[in-house]
Order: sequence, then structure tokens, then C-alpha cells
Amino acid sequence: MIKIRGVHKYFEDKWVLRGVDIDIYDGETITIIGGSGEGKSVLLKCIVGLLKVDKGEIVIDGVDITKVSDIELQKVQKNFGFLFQGAALFDSMTVYENVAFGIRRRNPSLSESKIRRIVEEKLSLVGLKGVENLKPAALSGGMKKRVGLARAIATNPKYILYDEPTTGLDPVLADSINDLIIDMKKKLGVTSIVVTHDIHSACKVSDRIAMLYSGKIIEVGTPQDILNSKNALVRNFIKGVMI
Amino acid sequence: MRLFFAVGKFFKEVFLKLGRSFFFLQDTVYWLFKSKLEKEEVLKQMKRVGVESFPVCILTSLFTGMVLALQSGLSSKSIFNDPLYVGTLVAFSMVLELGPVLTSIVVAGRVGAAFTAEIGTMKVTEQIDALYTLGVNPFSYLAVPRLIASCLMLPLLVIFSDIIGILGGYFVSIVKLGIPGKIYFDDVTRYLEIMDVLHGIIKTFFFALIIFWVSCFNGFYTGEGAEGVGKATTTTVVVSMILILLSDYFLGSLLISFGIG
Ligand SMILES: Nc1ncnc2c1ncn2[C@@H]1O[C@H](COP(=O)(O)OP(=O)(O)O)[C@@H](O)[C@H]1O
Ligand SMILES: [Mg+2]
Repeated sequence: MIKIRGVHKYFEDKWVLRGVDIDIYDGETITIIGGSGEGKSVLLKCIVGLLKVDKGEIVIDGVDITKVSDIELQKVQKNFGFLFQGAALFDSMTVYENVAFGIRRRNPSLSESKIRRIVEEKLSLVGLKGVENLKPAALSGGMKKRVGLARAIATNPKYILYDEPTTGLDPVLADSINDLIIDMKKKLGVTSIVVTHDIHSACKVSDRIAMLYSGKIIEVGTPQDILNSKNALVRNFIKGVMI
Repeated sequence: MRLFFAVGKFFKEVFLKLGRSFFFLQDTVYWLFKSKLEKEEVLKQMKRVGVESFPVCILTSLFTGMVLALQSGLSSKSIFNDPLYVGTLVAFSMVLELGPVLTSIVVAGRVGAAFTAEIGTMKVTEQIDALYTLGVNPFSYLAVPRLIASCLMLPLLVIFSDIIGILGGYFVSIVKLGIPGKIYFDDVTRYLEIMDVLHGIIKTFFFALIIFWVSCFNGFYTGEGAEGVGKATTTTVVVSMILILLSDYFLGSLLISFGIG
């Protein structure tokens, strides 16, 4: 369970987050929607501790990561898998090495054959086969995201964070990624936090949707609640994307 | 008034950068001792620093040694009617100054620029964030190996460069100036002392630190997008060259005042 309370984040000359409050329950898929530049990625990075918040608390399974030492933070971070917007694959390594990277670090004593088995299993979970020896540059955008997801789930995290998983993909590919997100929840029982400005994708994959606007969560609810929201800002956002 | 603010902003930025770069160095040194050494990465970077720039360094120092011999030989011929002390001059120039400085500048342009571009690209494509989320500290994975590789391989390159430069002078002395080989090498060894070699190597060590510091800092703190990486790379080459040349003078005087060289 993740409790986010009054989180503020400031950059050089502007406040990006101005008091974000939200609870994320175990096993759910929650999507944070909002226009681009609203601070969705910043919020995700605060949750995993990649960015330090300026005010507020983020309590992950009882540990407030805004107050702990780097070593403690690293322990909490082991519960997370992060799919970055551009996949962020290490481009000097093959697909295999990318997926194996986190596994090797976590279990230095694991034999190569065991690692290979895990890598193949994770790749097949995201629907990939026979790409182990390719470099990221040889992959399409959709495949990169799949490999990024395989790398994120390689260490069996409890939470998976998706930053704009469908952005930049054609509708068919985007839908296949949506299916993957649903799959991960079903097969792995993980808690997922998705960040997107794609309302279709949000409605398809989420148990709950939260809207981030002007540094705050202005509405939380089921996809139905959000689609029927009375809040003018939410309605405008949905209308804008629907058109 | 506007100028006043512009100047103020400029200084603010310079000091901010300077401050950050010291924290960067501090973090690198912290992780150097605190984390397990990434042996594979260290070896990879050592190969890069050493092997990648080897051919260019050899070419540079070979021709530098050759031209030194030629010019000094001809000058002394026109004054004394005899090419005197050519070996001495080539050896001192290479070992004290040109070997360390030229090699470092070549490496700054080749390896330093590559460090910035590579780390900068990793930064803007969130690969550095990805390292964190996979439980790897980017300082121990990216910065520390490059620090070690620079500080170990650059002095080695410089020693090679010194030798090749002196050999270059040797060829020109024999072929162009008609100095017997034995006399050239006598000139080389008669006055050159171990302290002179040490002088060059100690300086090189600092140049290596400059190259590492400037290039990796600029990589980690690169601006947005491809443009940011391009700018950071240019900055690395310019700043490290200037710092190498400036510090060469001050380090040189300091070492001499300690009786080294
Ligand atoms: N590291 C950073 N330094 C300075 N500003 C940043 C940084 N990261 C994000 N920002 C700013 O924060 C705002 C929100 O960014 P982001 O979270 O990426 O938006 P999005 O909702 O599209 O994901 C943007 O205006 C961006 O310029
Ligand atoms: Mg974003």
C-alpha cells in the first residue's frame, strides 16, 4: 500500500507538484491522467525515490521514503519495476543483457543457465521470442516497451510503474500494451501505477483513475465515475482527448 | 540595469555549476570506496582509454619529436655550424611538456568527448534513472570506472608518447641532420633525470583527473535532448583543454618549487 500525502515538488523556478494526496491499494491498477507537462512523470519518479520531494510524505508499506537513508531507500526500491516512457533500454547491451541486468545484481550467485531461464520466461510473458541477441536499436517502439517491461518485471517486483506506456504507438500496438498491463495484474498479481494522457487506455486497464491538474489530484474514481464526472476540468480533459 | 542582471545571472550559473561539480567529484570518490568495484566496466573503460587513443597519440608524438629535432637542429646549425644537443632538447621537451600536454589534449578530444556524449545520452534517455531502479548506483557503475581508467591509462599513454617522440627525433637526427645515433642517445640520457620523468607523470595524473571530472560531470548534468548532449560535448572539449593548459603552468611551477623536475 502506498500513501501519498501533501507531496510538493519544486524545480528551479516553478512548483510542479503542489500537494498531491492519494492512496494506492495493493493489487489494483490505478492510472494517473493529466495533460503533458502536468508533472505525471515527476510524480512517478518521486514515488520510486528517483526525485526527492520538497514537502510531504510517501509511505510505502509503512516506510516513509522521504525520511529514510539511501540504503533504506534502496531496500524499498527493490519492490518496484519501472517502465520508462522511452523504455530506457541500455543501448550498449543486447536484449538478453538488458533483462538479465537486474537479475544478476540482485542474485550475484545465480548460474548463467538459471538466469537464461528467467530471461526467457520474462520475455515470453511480454510476448517476445528470439530477440535475445538483438541490440535495442534494432527493435521497433512497441518491442522496446515490451523489453523494458520484461526488464522491469525480471526481479519480481510488487509494484510496476508505467510511464506513458502507449504514447507514440499505433492503436493496434497500443492496445496490445494495454492487454499486457492487464495480463501482468492477472498473472503476477502486481499493483500497477500507470501514467498517461490516453484516456482510452486509462479506461481499459484501470480499476481507478486519478486526474492530476495544476499539481494536485483533483478527482479520483472508477473509470465510469471519471467519464461521468461533474468536474468541468475533468470533462474538458476527456472531451479534448476524445475528439 | 539589464546588463547588471545578466552579469549576475551569469555568475550565479557559474557558481552553481562549480558547486555541483564539486559535489559530483565528492560523490564519485565516496562511491569509489563505498561500493564494490565494477571490474568488468573498469576493464572495458581501460581498454577504451588506452587502445582507442593509442594510434592518434603515437602519430602526434612521433611527428612532434621529429619536428622538434628538425627545428632545433637547423637553428643550432645556423648559429653554431653544428646541430648541438638535439637529443637533449627533444627529450626534455617531450618528457616535461609535450608528451603529457599533447597526449592529454588528444585524449580529452577523443575519450573525454565520448564520455560526455555517452553519459549525456544515457541521461536524456532516462537510462541513468533505469540504473537506479535496477538497484545500481550510476556513480559506481559509470563514474568510478572512468575515473580509474583515466588515471591509470593516461600516464601509460604518456610514457609511450615520450618514447615515440624521442625515437622520432632520432630518425630525423640521423636522416636529416647527420647526427650519429650514439651521440643523439647520449644527449638524451646525459641530462634527463628520473625526477624529470616524474614531473611529467605527476602532471599527467592531474590532467587525467581533469578529463574525467569535466567529461563525466558534463555528461551527468547535460541539458535536455540531443541539443543538450551536443552542447555538453563541446563544453567538455573546450573546458578540459583550457584547464589542462592552465594547470600545466601552475602545476609545473609548483612541482619545480618542490624540486621535482
Ligand atoms: N529534472 C527536471 N528539472 C527541471 N524541470 C523538470 C525536471 N523534470 C521535469 N521538469 C519539469 O516539470 C514539469 C512536469 O514534467 P513531467 O512530469 O515530465 O510532465 P508529464 O506530465 O508530461 O510527464 C515540466 O514542466 C518539466 O519541464
Ligand atoms: Mg511524462
